[in-house]
Amino acid sequence: MSLDPATVRRIARLARIGIDESDLPALQRELNGILGWIEQLNEVDIDGVEPMVGTGHAALRMREDVVTDGGVRDAVLSNAPDAAGPYYTVPKVVE
Amino acid sequence: MMLTELTIAAAQGGLRRREFSATELVGAHVAAIERLNGRLNAFITVTSDLALDAARRADAILAGGEDAPALTGIPLGIKDLFCTDGVRTTAASRMLEDFVPPYESTVTANLLADGAVFVGKTNLDEFAMGSANITSAFGSVENPWKRAGDEATVLVPGGSSGGSAAAVAARLAMGATGTDTGGSIRQPASYCGIAGIKPTYGRCSRWGTIAFASSLDQAGPMARTVEDCAILLQSMAGFDVRDSTSVDIAVPDYRAACGRSLKGMKVGIPAEYRVAGMPAEVEAAWEQGIAWLRDAGCEIVEVSLPYTKYGLATYYIVAPAECSSNLARYDGVRFGRRVPGESLDALYEATRREGFGAEVRRRILMGTYVLSAGYYDAYYLRAQKVRNLIRKDFENAFRTVDVLLTPTAPSPAFAQGEKMDDPVQMYLNDVFTVPASMAGVPAMSVPAGLSAFGLPLGLQVIGRSFDEESVFAAASALERAAGFTHRPAVRAEVV
Repeated sequence: MSLDPATVRRIARLARIGIDESDLPALQRELNGILGWIEQLNEVDIDGVEPMVGTGHAALRMREDVVTDGGVRDAVLSNAPDAAGPYYTVPKVVE
Repeated sequence: MMLTELTIAAAQGGLRRREFSATELVGAHVAAIERLNGRLNAFITVTSDLALDAARRADAILAGGEDAPALTGIPLGIKDLFCTDGVRTTAASRMLEDFVPPYESTVTANLLADGAVFVGKTNLDEFAMGSANITSAFGSVENPWKRAGDEATVLVPGGSSGGSAAAVAARLAMGATGTDTGGSIRQPASYCGIAGIKPTYGRCSRWGTIAFASSLDQAGPMARTVEDCAILLQSMAGFDVRDSTSVDIAVPDYRAACGRSLKGMKVGIPAEYRVAGMPAEVEAAWEQGIAWLRDAGCEIVEVSLPYTKYGLATYYIVAPAECSSNLARYDGVRFGRRVPGESLDALYEATRREGFGAEVRRRILMGTYVLSAGYYDAYYLRAQKVRNLIRKDFENAFRTVDVLLTPTAPSPAFAQGEKMDDPVQMYLNDVFTVPASMAGVPAMSVPAGLSAFGLPLGLQVIGRSFDEESVFAAASALERAAGFTHRPAVRAEVV
């Protein structure tokens, strides 16, 4: 499978990473290089093999439904690049 | 006495016998950082004043008697991926250049509770993605070792925990924290001639450690001896309710395990790690390690891990996929860098273009692709299945052997500028470390000898899940047999 420039543009859009047209040839070459290399996995017989989603050693735990943390609004907001009072700000999204 | 030459184990005794104070011990390391960090760039943030304050408190505790916690007054470097309350934590990224966490990671909180003193935040590859510490937004790290007769060439310290490895090797800290996703503790330890262990996945809490690939990320210690690693892991490890993958199992006495007899231990030698093109000196170090363990009373067994060769390719699907998901949080809104845009999407795209470096952007794009509609089954699901086969390789091997012995890396440290044109060539540095990460089993690198050019070569001991004790026992035996007393050209007392 080989990525064309339109696909690279689409992936970048999905990832919300801005790219310039001038970035495309190098990105396309690098991503195709990596993809070509990982194609080797196609030769592995995976019939009947379960996907591994974790090491399976940790059991999910139940706990009491009580508040264990919170009430630290100012600490949470302390790293906001732009805040207005107790709110994060973003550009206008609704006209 | 050269305080920067001490092991942690020796310093614990010296502090308690009042042969020197914590202020002197920490002060010696702070002074070494002041002299050498401008050159090595091992630390992104140096916290000398905080460290000296903590040292004075440590001296007060030590003066109070025998009850001082184990790491009281011990100066450590902390990889700049662990959130430290009130101390800037960057992940070596422009994205987090000004990020000051309002909380402490569990691993560093454990170390602080045991009295450790943090001298600074160590450099790394951006978001821990790299094998040479050349992707840091704060500049690359210089390996304190030099090729014999070649002082000019700057070698890489390995990555991603390259700053931690360089700091410990150059005697700027007695030990350091690292994180290991595909080899990021073991490979730099090998390149810098120190020891480092990636414990079993779930042994150390991931809470408060900036995430890269959550199913693989695991914290661990780096130090100049196996015993010092055991002392540090004792403090770092333990169950944490705040990490859902943390495993609720008792932490054994790791230091005691270092002295265990190896009589009757079965050591597996995986045939698949004899890769074509492996340098003869790496192979020779491996053969030497096999002989040392045989002499220590081990039974050597040839084993096969047939899916080893698919480890790296699997890793470079799974890790970028998880990274693309984890790094979605850096959106320029709640914390970190923001680059203004006309619309919310424009803000996201500008922020993430400017905030992330080239390698991080590349991995996010790769991860986004393998998770995208129509490609998920072909890439991500397939990789998860192959990952299971890799894990079963280890399970099968550990039915007949107690530990595995392999080289840590396919070469000694290489020069800055080498292997930089092709991402795949760079990824191959992790060929021997990635499989253990995929399986989640513990693995340790220990210095075994020097290459023809006088550079350290590490051997890797891999153990069963939650059996770090056998890993420490075998690594200690290798360490004793190797008698590795070589020191890097650039270090605290040589300026």
